[in-house]
Amino acid sequence: MAAKSSILTQSNQVRRAIVVGGGLGGLMTVIKLCEAGIPVDLLSLVPVKRSHSVCAQGGINASVNVKGEGDSPYTHFYETVKGGDFLANQPPCKGMADAAPGIVFMLDRMGVPFNRTPEGNLDFRRFGGTLFHRTAFAGATTGQQLLYALDEQVRRYETLDVEDDRGVTVPGEKMVRKFEFWDLAGLVLDDSGVCRGVVAQDLKNGEMRAFRGDAVCLATGGPGLVFGRSTNSVINTGSAAAIAYKQGAIYANGEFIQVHPTAIPAADKLRLISESVRGEGGRVWVPKDRKDRRHGRDIPEAERYYFLEERYPKYRNLVPRDIASREIFRTVIHEGYSAEGEQAAYLDVTHLCKTAAGKSAVRKKLEGVLEIYEKFAGADPYENPMKIFPAVHYSMGGLWVDFEKGADGSLKPGSARNQATSIPGLYATGESDYQYHGANRLGANSLLSCIYGGMVTGPAMAAWRDAQPQSAFDLSSTLFDTEHKRRVDEYAALGSRSGSDYSVNPYQLHEKLGEMMLQKVTVERHDAELDGVLSSLQDMKAQWRKAAALDPAAKGTINQPTVFLRHLDGMLALAEVIARGARDREECRGAHYKPALDPELHPDDPKAVGRDDARWLKTTLATFDGEGPALRYEAVDVSLEPLAKRDYGKVSAAKPPPGEAAAQGPANT
Amino acid sequence: MATDTVTLKIKRGESGGASRWEEFRVPRKPMMNVISCLMEIQKHPVTADGRGTTPVNWESSCLEEVCGACTMVINGRVRQACSALVKDLSPKGEPITLEPMTKFPRERDLVVNRQRMFDALRTTKAWIQIDGSHQLGAGPKVSQDDQEVMYPLSRCMTCGCCVEACPNYNDRSDFMGPQVISLTRLYNMHPSGRMQAGARLDALMGAGGISDCGKAQNCVQVCPKGIPLTESISVMGRETIKRALFGWLLKG
Repeated sequence: MAAKSSILTQSNQVRRAIVVGGGLGGLMTVIKLCEAGIPVDLLSLVPVKRSHSVCAQGGINASVNVKGEGDSPYTHFYETVKGGDFLANQPPCKGMADAAPGIVFMLDRMGVPFNRTPEGNLDFRRFGGTLFHRTAFAGATTGQQLLYALDEQVRRYETLDVEDDRGVTVPGEKMVRKFEFWDLAGLVLDDSGVCRGVVAQDLKNGEMRAFRGDAVCLATGGPGLVFGRSTNSVINTGSAAAIAYKQGAIYANGEFIQVHPTAIPAADKLRLISESVRGEGGRVWVPKDRKDRRHGRDIPEAERYYFLEERYPKYRNLVPRDIASREIFRTVIHEGYSAEGEQAAYLDVTHLCKTAAGKSAVRKKLEGVLEIYEKFAGADPYENPMKIFPAVHYSMGGLWVDFEKGADGSLKPGSARNQATSIPGLYATGESDYQYHGANRLGANSLLSCIYGGMVTGPAMAAWRDAQPQSAFDLSSTLFDTEHKRRVDEYAALGSRSGSDYSVNPYQLHEKLGEMMLQKVTVERHDAELDGVLSSLQDMKAQWRKAAALDPAAKGTINQPTVFLRHLDGMLALAEVIARGARDREECRGAHYKPALDPELHPDDPKAVGRDDARWLKTTLATFDGEGPALRYEAVDVSLEPLAKRDYGKVSAAKPPPGEAAAQGPANT
Repeated sequence: MATDTVTLKIKRGESGGASRWEEFRVPRKPMMNVISCLMEIQKHPVTADGRGTTPVNWESSCLEEVCGACTMVINGRVRQACSALVKDLSPKGEPITLEPMTKFPRERDLVVNRQRMFDALRTTKAWIQIDGSHQLGAGPKVSQDDQEVMYPLSRCMTCGCCVEACPNYNDRSDFMGPQVISLTRLYNMHPSGRMQAGARLDALMGAGGISDCGKAQNCVQVCPKGIPLTESISVMGRETIKRALFGWLLKG
């Protein structure tokens, strides 16, 4: 019996789809599935309201043209692919930019408390990567507010009954069942390689359980923890994506890791200071005297070096993130400038706060961000320039997903191919996919891509489900029992790692991994160092096999150290994908930068090719060969707009800038 | 007291079991917070008196005080561990105590089960009911003044600080807590959320609702986001009274 013909199995089991991950991408997927009448099991590492989407600060892009500047979704599309150094497939980006105004209106209807104009309309602010006011925002905690809105809608579906095909309520069954504090342990693949469900673990008691699903989506976020400390939440290990990769899913463009220019260094994580701070007028500088040890506020204007403004007179402080991060890195690390003698630069809003009215305006728009600086750095950012340094922030790469192009050249909504990974029946969305940002993400495009991805994934999963001749719920239980047993045994083996054979502390191993990746695979990449990283990763994988379960006696209860072993295994696998992709890509593109190939540094070296479209306008595809990644490449769909030089020194002539300052920096979200 | 190390006294234990205190000493670093101390213990799970032990279990996610996960009782006060800086808690090397929240069942060490708070959000229909996620044009207009009231209310992380401090919230009472009352105010202010205001007020007038508030006003003092919880309780108190007196006339 085809799955579409019945919500219930003969034994009255509800046929459900599975979404793993409860951030913006996952929740939007759930909402779309429910609207299509498909009940969902939603699995999440944390209560979905605590997902990493809360960390997005600055806003969400949508060309509503509310200020009458002549902005359009097409311009947004173009700036997105240009910001990504033309590595993104253009049809999905076009689909996203076209859908953006409708997405912001939907969020507004859901009750997101967006900032308003005096007329009561949505207010939009300037962000990097554009000349227009295109970013809707709710204070400086926009991601949190968007997540809460979707969380609330999904909570409503937790109260709505499942109805059978005749519209009769199925007793006790709700449209959404949440499994919070559950961790993905494996995918259930049938003999033809189709994903039929997952095995997941209840982190409260260690219980492993197989879930059947007529389509499965991973919306499990990025792998920021591979770099140890980053702007990411501590749950962002990439474990679920790594499990899918190890079970055959293609991981694409892993080497493209966004380093955000402005974060506060600390021992546990690097906290983001939103690009909206620069969007609202914040300036980046260092003392002109490299030996200057005075407090930032005591250094007179004439003794400050506004290096971004000098080097990029048009885009000034809002050059794209990859460029700003490289400039700060270069200025501080190579040129030896500092902030109070520390390896940092200043991000300064104090000039906007000289009057009470100015300070109040800054507070209304940026309070959530500035309060992070105040709380964690312990200094008042309204009075003191903030000390910042670049930090790993976002992975443009992720699970490879497909798309179907419509007659208009844009993504074709409703196709089962959209957001489909290389494993049939398995979908991916949000930061865990690779689709929308090319080689560098524009600020305030991540919230958009998560929600757009979800809007596309739900209908794609519904179409897939309807096209299957046999439902996962009609398959023999052997398939599920086998994967279940495999994962139970695997976990038991991890949990029994004690004694002298297991001398490695997994948290220390993680620290080593993070420090190495942070030093050698971020802003500047050198082939010799990458070779060293790849070799060290082999050693670290061997050490992982000696890593101990630090709490082997804890069974039937929370056991964070043992679960961490699984996540660390995934991080090591993705670290190798990232480093291998970086080593093999012989060009500079977006966030991937090799000084040896930079023609500005080596004008006379024919090998310093910069961006090399002839050879490298290609998506990196990594597959797991049993040991590590095997790479191949596929062409990028650039069917809508021709490639252009990505030059932020000269403003594109396509549109005259509204006003003088041309901001092209990815804003922070 | 040594200031090159941080001393932590941590209340540990299993679900339903007895508690025990363990003391740790970790190297002191600049800008250190309680989370980074706990991370140090993961890397060196040894107590201050040199006994090997297990890493402490605790809940955390964003570490920026926007997710609410790492809430615990630190030096006797409920707050997020991420924004609890060592230099403030222990300027001269004083020991820092960590305990799990007391108003929720302990699951292990510093992890408690806060599901009760999320259940309350279902009871009070804590959402704006929309007709669907398809295109229905722009949302309702909202004045800047209203937005400035609504945005702070909407920053509630469901962290549990307010109910931890509330004398009326405990395992012998059904009280849903100040956070739910404040969020009801938010949804009832929204131009379309207002259309279901009556149903939400009914929930607040039911079991565990607003009448269980004892007006101790502890909640507003511990809210990490400075949400005006007592103001919300008084606004919603008036609304529920209006509904109790005149609701039968209004059909709402």
